[in-house]
Amino acid sequence: MKPFTFTLRGEPDQRLDCAPLVPHRIAPLSTAEIARLPLNTTRQKVTAGDVFHIRAGDLSCLRFEGGSERLDNVGEALAAGSIEVQGQVGKAVGRNMSGGRLTISGDAGPFAGSGMSGGRLAIRGNAGDLLAAPFPGEMQGLSGGLILVRGRAGARAGDRMRRGIIAIEKGAGDYAGSRMIAGTLIVLGGTGRLPGYLMRRGSLLLAEQPSLSPTFVPCGTFPFGFTRLFADHLKAESRAAARLLRGSFERYAGDMAVLGKGEVLVAAH
Amino acid sequence: MNVGGVEIDDTFAEAFAMSGTAITITGPTRRWAMNAATSMTGFATSIIGCGCEAGIDRELGVRETPDGRPGVRVLILSMSPDELQKQLANRLGQCVLTAPGSACFAGVGGSASLKLGDAIRYFGDGWQISKRLDDGRHFWRVPVMDGEFLCEATTGLVTEAVGGGNLLLMGRSYETTLHAAEAAIGAMRAVPDAIMPFPGGIVRSGTKIGGKYKGMLASTNDAYCPTLRGAVGSVLGATIACVLEIVIDGLSEAAVAGAMRAGLRAIVRLGPKRGAVRVGAGNYGGGLGPFKFHLKELVA
Repeated sequence: MKPFTFTLRGEPDQRLDCAPLVPHRIAPLSTAEIARLPLNTTRQKVTAGDVFHIRAGDLSCLRFEGGSERLDNVGEALAAGSIEVQGQVGKAVGRNMSGGRLTISGDAGPFAGSGMSGGRLAIRGNAGDLLAAPFPGEMQGLSGGLILVRGRAGARAGDRMRRGIIAIEKGAGDYAGSRMIAGTLIVLGGTGRLPGYLMRRGSLLLAEQPSLSPTFVPCGTFPFGFTRLFADHLKAESRAAARLLRGSFERYAGDMAVLGKGEVLVAAH
Repeated sequence: MNVGGVEIDDTFAEAFAMSGTAITITGPTRRWAMNAATSMTGFATSIIGCGCEAGIDRELGVRETPDGRPGVRVLILSMSPDELQKQLANRLGQCVLTAPGSACFAGVGGSASLKLGDAIRYFGDGWQISKRLDDGRHFWRVPVMDGEFLCEATTGLVTEAVGGGNLLLMGRSYETTLHAAEAAIGAMRAVPDAIMPFPGGIVRSGTKIGGKYKGMLASTNDAYCPTLRGAVGSVLGATIACVLEIVIDGLSEAAVAGAMRAGLRAIVRLGPKRGAVRVGAGNYGGGLGPFKFHLKELVA
């Protein structure tokens, strides 16, 4: 069956809250009712039908044809099914997602995958700052699932992540894996300043030698069995990450400024 | 009935329901994976005295194991999930965790689970690290002196496991009977999900229930002891000089039947001159065990 399609009519006049456009929220509605769903974030009312040309199809499989950095909260609380965006999205794509598959062919704004606890989020372009990070006041970021970024991620990728896997293929900004509680963050390409800053537990796997805080201590170079499992698990999604994970790693334990039970694993060349 | 000159008794093996599981042990080389597996399945011939019955199901190639290293699949069975959990944790901790370069993974699924890494992670004394994949698999990394012991958190519990399938091989000499038993074991080892837990898969001290001495749960099966022929109610004809037994445990009734079938075929193929002249099976009259494996159906 063909996907249920939202074709963007043009660049929106305001930022849009696309949170209602997820399978479980539109499943009980008719196409006309879906078209009447309000998406506005200002006092000027805008409905889904104003912004998108809507073509009915399989409600468990949504497609956005055309993207904009003004499309916020795409795939919010997605629990099952799939959403594909052919273009870019704004802030908090996949926010509080717990299952299903969300694919963005372009760039994503800040807080992509924030609060996510399951499912798979793939961003083929770049991700903004605070990838998978908690919103202000929240205690933890990513708590499950897999986030794959084909491009670069901004600052503080994986901030306070608690569980789950993030793989970033072309590098990350400053403080990647800051305040990590647990989980696995893989960065191919370079990283900015102080990766793993104040991480408590968790694994930060890097392809390139980082500029680490002196509160990380070198432990030596080892082949790690678990990285081979991750390589097998990720090979279908990211061959580059799988290649990295099959090698040996130099282990740095830290951040000793806090609990010190985390690790930065740097590919041994 | 007589098949290829081998007399097949019109009887059945009586087997019991057990709780079982399987784990995959890997190592840096085949030898070290096998060292860990051999140690873990040691002293696990009979639940009468060992607490569990365990054995090596088969060797696994590097493409068959989760971490891409040589491995061995081990089965372990006991009478209850609680006892199985106890045996599993003890043997994992003493025999696999300790083996150089080893890692351990679930070898079977199941609706319920038994603790593997979850049971021994505290050996890490706070330095153990949990790793979860988003398909639900969960592993523990426990720091040890040669690096890390990687261990899956749980393995599956199989409550439909079957223990006590058996064949009694009778021959004209010790040599031919052992030859037949070895041929049978060779064929039975190829059957998945089944193990023969006794030394080399063969047991020479078959038992009957109870004995004349107080507290003996089992004692020698005098009816099958050739040296007692005439002195007791022997079931052995004048030409039988030796009896050897093969006990089979499996994760399913089909696995036990498959192993018994493979063993019987190998015995028949060998023939009475070089192997066994007669094959029987042990049972308790059919009133105790819910599983009955009729030899005639298996050779048909």
